[in-house]
Amino acid sequence: MNRIAEQLTLSASDSPNNQLDGGSSNICGTGVQFELASGNNPAAFTQQYTDVKSERDARIKMDHGTTTLAFKFKHGVLVATDSRATSGNVIASQSVKKVIEINPYLLGTMAGGAADCSFWERVLGMECRLYELRNKKRISVAAASKLLANLVYRYKGMGLSMGTMVAGWDESGPGLYYVDSEGQRVVNDLFSVGSGSTFAYGVLDSHYRFDMSVDEAKDLGRRAIYHATHRDAYSGGIVRMYWVKEDGWVAYPLEDVGELYFRYHPEIKLTHAAESPLAAQRAA
Amino acid sequence: MDAQFAITGRDFVVSVTDKAIVHSIVRMKNNQDKTCRLSSHTLMSVTGEAGDTSNFAEYIQGNVRLYSVRNSQDMAPSETANFIRNELATALRSRKPYQVNLLVAGVDRNSGEASLYWIDYLAAMAKVPYAAHGYCAYFLYAVMDREYTQNITLEQAFVIIKKCFAVLKERFMVDFPDFTIKVIDQSGTREYAVADI
Repeated sequence: MNRIAEQLTLSASDSPNNQLDGGSSNICGTGVQFELASGNNPAAFTQQYTDVKSERDARIKMDHGTTTLAFKFKHGVLVATDSRATSGNVIASQSVKKVIEINPYLLGTMAGGAADCSFWERVLGMECRLYELRNKKRISVAAASKLLANLVYRYKGMGLSMGTMVAGWDESGPGLYYVDSEGQRVVNDLFSVGSGSTFAYGVLDSHYRFDMSVDEAKDLGRRAIYHATHRDAYSGGIVRMYWVKEDGWVAYPLEDVGELYFRYHPEIKLTHAAESPLAAQRAA
Repeated sequence: MDAQFAITGRDFVVSVTDKAIVHSIVRMKNNQDKTCRLSSHTLMSVTGEAGDTSNFAEYIQGNVRLYSVRNSQDMAPSETANFIRNELATALRSRKPYQVNLLVAGVDRNSGEASLYWIDYLAAMAKVPYAAHGYCAYFLYAVMDREYTQNITLEQAFVIIKKCFAVLKERFMVDFPDFTIKVIDQSGTREYAVADI
């Protein structure tokens, strides 16, 4: 891994002034600069190591183990995610924050490469703030998602892995877009992304209505994440839920999916139920 | 797995595309419009690689509109198709070619002639009476070859399109729930629902 890291980093002597074939990349107008891999074709070079179709052992394997979902309803947008991170067969963490707070009224979700998502959504946050300062009004969700889509499109094929949903509330009401590192940008009322998304879709599609109440929406989001974590090995941990309303988002208390299991299946009893740590909670 | 085809008639062109956006095994969206309005009488349906489709379509749309503004006159369909093909060909041997398959349909406002141009991702172009892109082409060309005649009316074109839907439903492994059907004629562009053709 170290050898690859060395190859991918330009040394101090390779300043942008004496340009090699690689040189540096200035993201159009953002002032954020970083150096691309040296060589004639940085994209082809990085693709060898991150291309999903490649068989090489050195491939950096991107894990998309996650379940994230978001849906628009009458009172806003509900965003819910799990919190598990896996590396190979090991659970690396059960408390990952997969919802990125871009600004007080825009949220982004994380699926794919954690660094790719959090870095580019941070850049998006910067661009949104600059928009506000220049135009004296909040940026629309459509424009914010388009900014993100254009940013990552420039790096298409170079190994970024990001599948994110941008949720917010603007002048035209609740807004929800799906943006990924392939350059795809889609608008819809309901999305689920990640390895557990198919399970979440099953629950969401059968109970979703636009005119739900806030409590019904929270329950649906919680249920969908729970069912996905129940069946998908790469999703689990806790349910993180946010509600985006007109004046910004609110975060909800975290819920462990293990405890949700017993809450949703009251008929399941542990053999030594009286001594179980959850007995007191279930009795309540 | 996108369905994309079009048929010309006496003085109109019908363009049909499916409405699904698919990501791996999930259908993320069921009501996507895969056509791009270039002018009041020219339309381009675009399918292919995820980000390239929207980026290329918006780039072409902007340039065609700029021409209209600069020259107070819309580009003719043949001019539009050739411009598009040229852009695709220039990008082909650049750092990143666009992987998009297009059908450019239009009616010339002066002559009233309807034309359809098939352009593939390698920037090959052909002016044709009817065409299809993707897997559905394997099923639809035979149907269109058998049924098509010159100077058909709109009703006859709809009959052919319904036969196309029937063969896809019967034989193609992917079931398309809905299609975007657009007709361009002398009076402009209008959309039809599947139930109304």
